[in-house]
Amino acid sequence: MVNIPSTMKISLRALKANKMRSSLTMLGIIIGVGAVITMLAVGTGARQEIAEQISSVGSNLLMILPGATTAGGVRMGAGTQSTLSMADAEAIKKECLAVSYVAPSHGGVAQVVYGNQNWSTGITGTTPDILYVREWYLSAGRPFTEQDVKSATKVCLLGQTVVDNLFGDINPVGKIIRIKNVPFTVLGTLESKGQSPTGQDQDDTIYIPVTTSQKKLFGTPFHGMVRIIMVKAKSTEDLNTAEKQITELLRQRHHIGQKQENDFTVRNLTQMMKVEEQSTKVMTLLLGIIASVSLLVGGIGIMNIMLVSVTERTREIGIRMAVGAKTWDIRLQFIIEALTLSLSGGFIGIVIGISSSEILSTVAGWTTIISLFSVILAFCFSALVGIFFGFYPAYKASLLNPVEALRYE
Amino acid sequence: MALIEASAVTKVYQLGDIVVNALCTISLSIEKGEFIAIMGPSGSGKSTFMNILGCLDKPTKGRYLLEGIDVSNLNRDELANIRNKKIGFVFQGFNLLQRTSALENVELPMLYNGVSAEERRQKAAAALRAVGLEGRQNHYSTQLSGGEQQRVAIARALVNGAPIILADEPTGNLDTKTSTEIMRLLKKLNTESNITVILVTHETDIAAYSRRVIKFLDGCIVSDEHIS
Repeated sequence: MVNIPSTMKISLRALKANKMRSSLTMLGIIIGVGAVITMLAVGTGARQEIAEQISSVGSNLLMILPGATTAGGVRMGAGTQSTLSMADAEAIKKECLAVSYVAPSHGGVAQVVYGNQNWSTGITGTTPDILYVREWYLSAGRPFTEQDVKSATKVCLLGQTVVDNLFGDINPVGKIIRIKNVPFTVLGTLESKGQSPTGQDQDDTIYIPVTTSQKKLFGTPFHGMVRIIMVKAKSTEDLNTAEKQITELLRQRHHIGQKQENDFTVRNLTQMMKVEEQSTKVMTLLLGIIASVSLLVGGIGIMNIMLVSVTERTREIGIRMAVGAKTWDIRLQFIIEALTLSLSGGFIGIVIGISSSEILSTVAGWTTIISLFSVILAFCFSALVGIFFGFYPAYKASLLNPVEALRYE
Repeated sequence: MALIEASAVTKVYQLGDIVVNALCTISLSIEKGEFIAIMGPSGSGKSTFMNILGCLDKPTKGRYLLEGIDVSNLNRDELANIRNKKIGFVFQGFNLLQRTSALENVELPMLYNGVSAEERRQKAAAALRAVGLEGRQNHYSTQLSGGEQQRVAIARALVNGAPIILADEPTGNLDTKTSTEIMRLLKKLNTESNITVILVTHETDIAAYSRRVIKFLDGCIVSDEHIS
């Protein structure tokens, strides 16, 4: 039976007697725990940021862009050629089994007027599928339908930025706005989505039926031309299959021979981001491991100091044994000392870790997320370090021969 | 039944290739309430014998019965328990804990046998009173004179109600006047509380306080005299 409160008191007194030494030993743990927490916060923050980007663009997303034009040997950028059409989009939806939604888009920038307010914004003609592809929900009103697309109705959905600039506090649903002087009925408004991964305001947009855009606003070089086709695969696992199916289908439809280059590009946004997410995960792990190494070094510092302390206090140990201290009384005294060092170091380290994460996010603008898990992990780890590195010196102390310990000078 | 019954106790140290016979075969019996002085030159084995009596060390051979219990077969923790309850140590160098008050030094043995904090304080204070140190409770050992430190050590030896006090040259570091005070205190404990006192000394005038003198030479008892 060991008297814990008294043993703790003894341990604390011994630590207080060597304030400088105790605080320097603690510093190792403080730095270790602080580093672990900060590194995990930075890593988790980076992952969170990527996850948010993925969900803001829409998951399992493929983008089909028209190919590059070649004019007299000069190759223009991707998308300069007009090779995609509504018929392509419909064929993809019908024939590619790995695809769930298809949203072709066609549009441009136009001046939009409501009452005495006006605003220039991107107009995208598309199909009702766009809301599923982008995983974008309406905050008010209703979406336009396939029927609207078929009959090229003059209806629109407004992004939040457009609503703010044209309407202010007025409810826009049911109102009539003029796009390039053509009147459009506002059917609904889109939820705010914030910035895109590249920093663009995704809410600064208006969706209208694709046919309306083609026929009544911007016109097309050929019937049914679209600029981009966005596709949502059925699942993440289906992304590659979908990409393959689309490429095959479009090559066939565009009559591209065996050795000819594609006149379109399929971009797999989600996969790119998944790769990025994966590499951040690895980075987080690496940072965590490096930080843990410093925690380990701190633990060795504790062991070192405890060994010194045992040697220094050999006579005290002898006295305690002479008056009846048993093996575990002596062991616990030193383990509690080590534990006190590592736990108080751990506690200060947590405070420092949290504040340096805060500083990183305010000063450097990094996204840092301190999870409760990482705090608990760091605390438990420092407790473990204390017990582990405290045990050997404590064990050594408890094995001293009382006669020799009493004689020790 | 004798308080201490040592029969054919020997102690052999192995120092590398050299075998040191620290104690030759010693048989001795001590009754409760005796006041014994152990004398002898350095290296005569008296300290080794004291360590065995005090359960700090085990004999190589032989049997040692303390209040009828065979101590020679006990393990570390059991020996610690015996030291805690049955034996009070008084050392030449006092052996008090540094940076610790007199009261806490006296409380020390009770930390290891589950006495509550309140009871510890009361018992320790009573023990300090018994050795004439009331009012010195909160002094650190460095703030006490040699005689006072030795009194704290005696209080520590008494506090668990141990029937035996083992004193290894208790006056070795003290001047004559303080030595007399300490010896009177031990004598008083012996006569009034019937505590068995066994002390090691070089000085005949210190040995004169005892009623039995045992002389050691080269690990053997050469004389064992009762003084009237």
